[in-house]
Amino acid sequence: MSTATNHTEYNYKVVRQFAIMTVIWGIVGMAVGVFIAAELVFPDLSAGIPWLSFGRLRPLHTNAVIFAFGGCALFATSYYVVQRTCQAPLISNALAAFTFWGWQLVIVAAAITLPLGITTSKEYAELEWPIDILITVVWVCYAIVFFGTIMKRRTKHIYVANWFYGAFIITIALLHIINNMEIPVTLWKSYSAYAGAQDAMIQWWYGHNAVGFFLTAGFLGMMYYFVPKQAGRPVYSYRLSIVHFWALIAIYIWAGPHHLHYTALPDWAQTLGMVMSLILLAPSWGGMINGMMTLSGAWHKLQTDPILRFLVVSLSFYGMSTFEGPMMSIKTVNALSHYTDWTIGHVHSGALGWVAMISIGAVYHLIPRLFGKEKMYSTDLINVHFWLATIGTVLYIASMWVNGIMQGLMWRAVHKDGTLMYSFVESVAASEFGYIVRTIGGLFFLTGMFFMAYNTWRTVSESDPEQVRAAAQMA
Amino acid sequence: MSNFWTGWVFVLTLTCLGLIVWLLFATRRRQRPNLTEQTMGHSFDGIEEYDNPLPQWWFYLFVATIVFGAAYLVLFPGILPGKFNGILGLVAKDQYPDGWSSTMQYKNEVKRIDDQYGPVFDQYTKTPIPELAQNETAVTIGKRVFANNCAICHGSAAQGRFGFPNLSDNDWLYGHEAKTIKTTLLEGRRGQMPAWGQFMSNQEVTNVSLYVRSLSGVKTKATEDQLTKGKEDYIGKCSACHGVEGKGSYLNANISNDIGAPNLTDNIWLYGGAQHQVEYTIRNGRNGAMPAWKDVLGENRVHLVATYIYSLAQKAKQAENATKTAQAK
Repeated sequence: MSTATNHTEYNYKVVRQFAIMTVIWGIVGMAVGVFIAAELVFPDLSAGIPWLSFGRLRPLHTNAVIFAFGGCALFATSYYVVQRTCQAPLISNALAAFTFWGWQLVIVAAAITLPLGITTSKEYAELEWPIDILITVVWVCYAIVFFGTIMKRRTKHIYVANWFYGAFIITIALLHIINNMEIPVTLWKSYSAYAGAQDAMIQWWYGHNAVGFFLTAGFLGMMYYFVPKQAGRPVYSYRLSIVHFWALIAIYIWAGPHHLHYTALPDWAQTLGMVMSLILLAPSWGGMINGMMTLSGAWHKLQTDPILRFLVVSLSFYGMSTFEGPMMSIKTVNALSHYTDWTIGHVHSGALGWVAMISIGAVYHLIPRLFGKEKMYSTDLINVHFWLATIGTVLYIASMWVNGIMQGLMWRAVHKDGTLMYSFVESVAASEFGYIVRTIGGLFFLTGMFFMAYNTWRTVSESDPEQVRAAAQMA
Repeated sequence: MSNFWTGWVFVLTLTCLGLIVWLLFATRRRQRPNLTEQTMGHSFDGIEEYDNPLPQWWFYLFVATIVFGAAYLVLFPGILPGKFNGILGLVAKDQYPDGWSSTMQYKNEVKRIDDQYGPVFDQYTKTPIPELAQNETAVTIGKRVFANNCAICHGSAAQGRFGFPNLSDNDWLYGHEAKTIKTTLLEGRRGQMPAWGQFMSNQEVTNVSLYVRSLSGVKTKATEDQLTKGKEDYIGKCSACHGVEGKGSYLNANISNDIGAPNLTDNIWLYGGAQHQVEYTIRNGRNGAMPAWKDVLGENRVHLVATYIYSLAQKAKQAENATKTAQAK
């Protein structure tokens, strides 16, 4: 591993590593998701084995799909995009390699500790303090490589994709460190530095901005490179990207309290959380419009290019879930939707429809270019993957909408004597059909990922070292 | 909240929203009026950007959400925490005399429900439980309240589970008289079995467990000697609560019913009847906690739940009597 930077060659090695791991962790994370979805249909599936229980595997699923699958996709694409749009290789190959191996170590540590029941119990921040420290170190190195490369750029301006990647990297560092302030008592147990409603507020300030900055800003960075690139069209409006970028990052950070409507959180904080979440609608849609309108004049390409289809459909789901989100943050709507499967459906229209689909599209764009091939081994298989993913997503979110609204209505239904019409367990029994449909939807999505793995494997195995080396040469 | 933090929220909120509005209008003022093929003149890895204006409908959507947000902040507490609770309190003065708050919203709603349904329940509360148990509607209401509040521990059919008593059989810890059931519900119960591990050897614990299980007619491999020693220890240490015959505090006139020491002769085991489970109970003790529902459900609803439980007790008693009669024949 050479620390000296080669000025005629991009560092594609780290991009290749992260791109391949995106596919692998995608399969792992989604397989765990399908398994726990099946546990809700067949409650005895865990066979009494503690580390197979829903409570332990659910955080493994969320951590694996967000930080392993999504994280690797963000590392891969940001390292690729920053090099190509700055016309500069990464400033340090050693540091980049460290971020790859360090991040994989974090993922493996999560995959071991979470099933063992080692957890801080903070949602999406379950990992215990030694792993938190490792994440911080890796993240700081990531920031050094990314911003260092931007500083060494050979273009005058900084491309919009890099604004979003940059905002994502800085804010995630801030969120991670502040939310994980904890007092260790043993090697694998710590307690939060905050208490009560303040702890809850810090947690959901983190939790919602993990969505806002990890799963939105980061992936918008991805969108701003791969959509115009794959469509071969200029970005629709530079002005729109300026306004929606600043508005998005300025307002997202306020939205956390909508997770705590009707709780011990003071009213004023709930009000601000709701208001800012509503104002977030237009800035969120700015990204969708800019992506969609970039395709004007290139719509015919959708007929032949399943990669572009992935990217466009991901933008549709992005637009849909960023409309749904502000609506659900309205207190009256939230009174119905909160604690129901509607929330799970909403998350997955973002996670499957937006985050996974745009990552899959981006990786299909990347793999041949990283390995010196003209295109993926099979375009037909990409098309099969596209339909499996789309059908899977629709089945998933539709079943959760039905379940969620049904649960919300059942929980509030009252007899004329004022007593509740249904007990909780009746709403669980009524949800069974939705849980079956959801599991089938998840299976569709997971099956698509296996097609992707096969297609990637065939593409990579047909490539030779000479082509790989040639691919990384700077123009 | 101190003035500093109130000001902090105020300044931060207005600055954030103010800058967004400024950015939106400033960008719009300098933009082209129409769609264009003109790019910004820079290219990144071959990607160019058009100098297109902000979409009109998007601009108005943005403005509309900001206007809505501003109006909402005027109506509800938000912008000046602790100092200004919104003008909704001025508009709906009877409901929100101190400005809107979620606590007040909750209280108003509870009051509305109580006003509406209170008379329905009052009418039931005036009827004694044994009489009310004949009223099917009242029992059904009690059952529904049970299903939403009690079933999580005692099961949806009141069948109980490990650590939580079965309420549909004829075995009672504190008694099944109407008054006792209601007291249990209103005030809660604490069932405390002390831990004997420090005061008894392993052999002694084993012997007492074998003896206790033999009281319920469980077949064990216990020797006569073990049972004798077990009985000695039982009389010395356990009989004060469970009674000399082991029938528990409720069926023993000499022991206070409030102790809730279970009957050990009916082969019904709250914490399991296997040898290792009984040994565990003796060694480590048990702490049963039934919460008090007086302040949660209110006496009216407790009265109906008690009626439902009472009706179960009556059914269990009838069933047992029927079995006894059948056996006698």
